[in-house]
Amino acid sequence: MIEVEQLSKQFVVRRGRFRREQHAVEAVKEISFRVERGELLGYLGPNGAGKSTTIKMLTGILVPTSGRVTVAGLEPSRKRIELARRIGAMFGQRIQLWWDLPLLDSFQLLRHIYRVPPERYRRNLDRFMEVLELDSFIHTPVRQLSLGQRIRGELVAAMLHGPELLFLDEPTIGLDVVAKQRVRDFLVEINRDDGVTVMLTTHDLGDIERLCNRLLVIDHGSLIWDGGIPELKERYGGERVLVVDLEASAPPLAVEGATVQRVDGPRQWLRFRGSASELTARVAAAARIVDLQVQEPDIEEIVRRIYSEPGSRA
Amino acid sequence: MVDGILVWRRLVGAQIRSQLQYRMSFALDMTGTFWISFIDFFVVLTIFHNVPRLGSWTVHEVAFLYALSAITFAVTDLLIGHLDQFPQKIRDGNFDIVLVRPRGTLLQIVASDFATRRVARVLQGVIVLVYALSGLHIHWTPAREAVLLASLPSAAVIFSSIWVVGACIAFWTTDGGEFTNAFTYGGTTMAQYPFDIYSAWLRRFLGYFVPLAFVCYFPALYVLGKPDLLGVPHFFDFLSPAVALVAACIAGSIWRFAVRHYRSAGG
Repeated sequence: MIEVEQLSKQFVVRRGRFRREQHAVEAVKEISFRVERGELLGYLGPNGAGKSTTIKMLTGILVPTSGRVTVAGLEPSRKRIELARRIGAMFGQRIQLWWDLPLLDSFQLLRHIYRVPPERYRRNLDRFMEVLELDSFIHTPVRQLSLGQRIRGELVAAMLHGPELLFLDEPTIGLDVVAKQRVRDFLVEINRDDGVTVMLTTHDLGDIERLCNRLLVIDHGSLIWDGGIPELKERYGGERVLVVDLEASAPPLAVEGATVQRVDGPRQWLRFRGSASELTARVAAAARIVDLQVQEPDIEEIVRRIYSEPGSRA
Repeated sequence: MVDGILVWRRLVGAQIRSQLQYRMSFALDMTGTFWISFIDFFVVLTIFHNVPRLGSWTVHEVAFLYALSAITFAVTDLLIGHLDQFPQKIRDGNFDIVLVRPRGTLLQIVASDFATRRVARVLQGVIVLVYALSGLHIHWTPAREAVLLASLPSAAVIFSSIWVVGACIAFWTTDGGEFTNAFTYGGTTMAQYPFDIYSAWLRRFLGYFVPLAFVCYFPALYVLGKPDLLGVPHFFDFLSPAVALVAACIAGSIWRFAVRHYRSAGG
């Protein structure tokens, strides 16, 4: 669905007030990846890492400096119009809808811009309205919608013409928990039931954990991770934590293969690698356990580790 | 093409509906624009109050030229005048949205706004035209009618082309609206007066480089049956449609080239 080879984008920045020096900033440096049809892909990276620049090259907004991009078999910047009909795009911080008009008017305008046949428009709109519960505000001017309502409207706007591929740039930014969940449910549904390939950038690791089966991480313009989330945890967050509640307060346990990270009364946190059951057996031999729990490293911790790992900075 | 015009109509309809959401502001805009444009013509009348002729031109002849220029410019301004707001779209990166939609970029930009209040200026031009015709005794022939009818859309296309080229500058400078205004708003003021009152270099600049002389001056000469004092060939009177076509092609190519240099904004 997407093929990217050695893709780079440079921006020329001018410095100085009078004698202007030009120098090139490489926003994206020779990245390569492939996305298959039906994937739900997360694209992660700190601010200014090159996420949006990549998405803009994939959607035909920016022309690459070098390298090759093919999206749905087309070269985005040359076949922009043809591609636009087959992809959907939503930018969490840009407004696509007509600000002063009722939400429904925006959908009708988009129907004509995208030349969606009337019966397909009807079918798609009915379905999305039901899934995203737009009924109560479809006749309200966009400027009066809450952020959550507007984002739901934006999602429908991006999906009305039935794209094969959906690009989302920070779709859940600024949303409350309930609204986030609605957006996520919608994305899962269109990915599962309609086979829409979804690529999303986000700072919200909850989005990544609940939605994505694959993760790309970019930092300083270079791709530093491409793979599944379990593998990522394996690679960067191999250590897990065993939390044990002992019968009584005790000094830090000395057991092989684990280090005590924290003690709080009878509760101790042991960091370890490898098998949890073997460690449990060793702890049980040393003290009486009332309760226990294994904590997986959370993705936030892992990402923090990736960003700060010196090797990741190319 | 037809489909494009239909989409344009829908998008512009949406803009007008949006403006009508703020009725009071809409009405005030309309009235304000109407009076401001009238004051503009009072300047012409004031000049003729003090001098009987401007070059070889009488007040009604100048009014005729003024009206042609004012009407075509006002119509252009109504249709695409909001291009002077275009640098804002470049600066805040909202041109992104235009690029992910399956329609021509220029069509979408032109249809993205509609300055309805500028209808008031068209009205002003028409009133001046009626005043001019009341004092002129034009000997109408089919050829003169044809030249007049062809020159109005040609003039609108020439103005539009200048506007589009000006908007392209924004792709590099991320601003530049004022620079363009010098040629559009400034240009229309020049085109409202007979060209033979300007000095030679200015005439050449406006005749050949920024082809404003073709907007109204040459067609008006022909319709009024006045001799040209600039010494250009007679066929220049009929050249407006061809100049318009060339200007539109050049503007279109520059626009396409410029879009490929769009840098977007934000992370």
